[in-house]
Amino acid sequence: MTVIADPRLGLVTALIAIVAVAQLHGLPAATAAFILAAMLGGVTRAGWPLARRLVHVEGFMLLLFVMLPLTMPGEPLARIGPLSVSAEGIALAALVALKVSASVLLLAVLVGSMEPARLGATLHALHVPERFNRLLVMTARYVDLIRAEAQRLRESMRARGFRPRSNRHTWRSYGHLAGMVLIRALDRAERVTEAMRCRGFSGRYPHAAFAPPALRDWTASIAVAVTGLILLAADRL
Amino acid sequence: MTKLIELSGLSVGRAGRPILSDVALELAAGERLALVGPNGAGKTTLLRTILGLEASGGGSIRLFGEECRTEKQFARLRPRIGFLFQDSDDQLFCPTVIEDVSFGPLNLGHDRAAARAMAEEALGRLGIADLAGRISHRLSGGEKRLVCLAGLLAMQPDMLMLDEPTNGVDAGNGERLREALRSFPGAMILVSHDAEFVADLATRAMVVRDGRLLPAEIHDHAHTHRHRHIHVGSGG
Repeated sequence: MTVIADPRLGLVTALIAIVAVAQLHGLPAATAAFILAAMLGGVTRAGWPLARRLVHVEGFMLLLFVMLPLTMPGEPLARIGPLSVSAEGIALAALVALKVSASVLLLAVLVGSMEPARLGATLHALHVPERFNRLLVMTARYVDLIRAEAQRLRESMRARGFRPRSNRHTWRSYGHLAGMVLIRALDRAERVTEAMRCRGFSGRYPHAAFAPPALRDWTASIAVAVTGLILLAADRL
Repeated sequence: MTKLIELSGLSVGRAGRPILSDVALELAAGERLALVGPNGAGKTTLLRTILGLEASGGGSIRLFGEECRTEKQFARLRPRIGFLFQDSDDQLFCPTVIEDVSFGPLNLGHDRAAARAMAEEALGRLGIADLAGRISHRLSGGEKRLVCLAGLLAMQPDMLMLDEPTNGVDAGNGERLREALRSFPGAMILVSHDAEFVADLATRAMVVRDGRLLPAEIHDHAHTHRHRHIHVGSGG
């Protein structure tokens, strides 16, 4: 079940809500944002896949909890040898973790796993410049291929006895590898464009038009966006 | 009747090095011409030059009786020549099969419903209607090749140019490909190292060697040969 079925509204609503969450300064507002976003996630019954997506992010957040208390100057709570753990650091790490988690939830729930083709049509409908749009959609299509190419190059390097070490030869070889991947990607882009031209492409991709969003989508969109803005106002007052 | 392709005195070079020189070629409707020659002889370059993707260094290119020099002239006639690229991934850029096959008809100005119908018809004709909803980069090599061909057939071209069509294609899909090409009514230029495939499809052959395009012959004759083989069981 999706909260907002219309992809245009979903994208714009997610953008407004995330911008609002990103501006929050206080822990109470950030906690509220996280809880509300989690509740929104509960409505979709996405359950496990959604939780797994969140777990991916929390790994990075864990890093914050390690780094920030040790590096933020402030009131020391505890000492580990020459290092001191600051209360300000812990508070900041919690704030960032709550805001990031809320944003990831919002993005997952409102935009979800939109296919690249649909994303292209959506951005087109939102009047995002065609060039930027095509860059995004083409990247999504070809990133696997480019990765596979890089992988094959790496395997052939290994097959010839290459072992990464911290020396000049390794850095130089990785430089060559990166350069070669770029050159091949450029060649590939050249050929894809030619194949498109051969099929009569003249610069404008024929996107499907969208039906106007349903009333239900408008209601959900306004509810989410307004909640975000109210949270922001409460945080600032 | 006008020729589909007429080349005369055509030369192509890259970075000051000649690749093709003084090439002459005529292709009439219904002809299926095989281009053979060693790797790097310039077969792909010749096909690309015919479509105006590679700039020629001299000579003339006439497509469907019209002299082509500028990108605009080529661009107008390109959709009538279906070009199957050597690497299917160059051609399949849309996320799903049906979108990719409808891409050409949409460019020709058909509306969405008509383009979809043409795409479905083309997929059905190749016996791969069931691939329509699949993600294009997760197909097998043979499936990719057939989808590429469907993308060309959906545009109803007058002729096809195929660059190594059987490369990376499994036996089952190869037979489908061959069957589809055999029943294609238009003309064809075929570049392939697959001798049996060429002999089966082509009506005429030319060879590219040392930058020249020369007539070649397709003939068939009975083979007599000796070989060693193993018999299982008691000698008899």
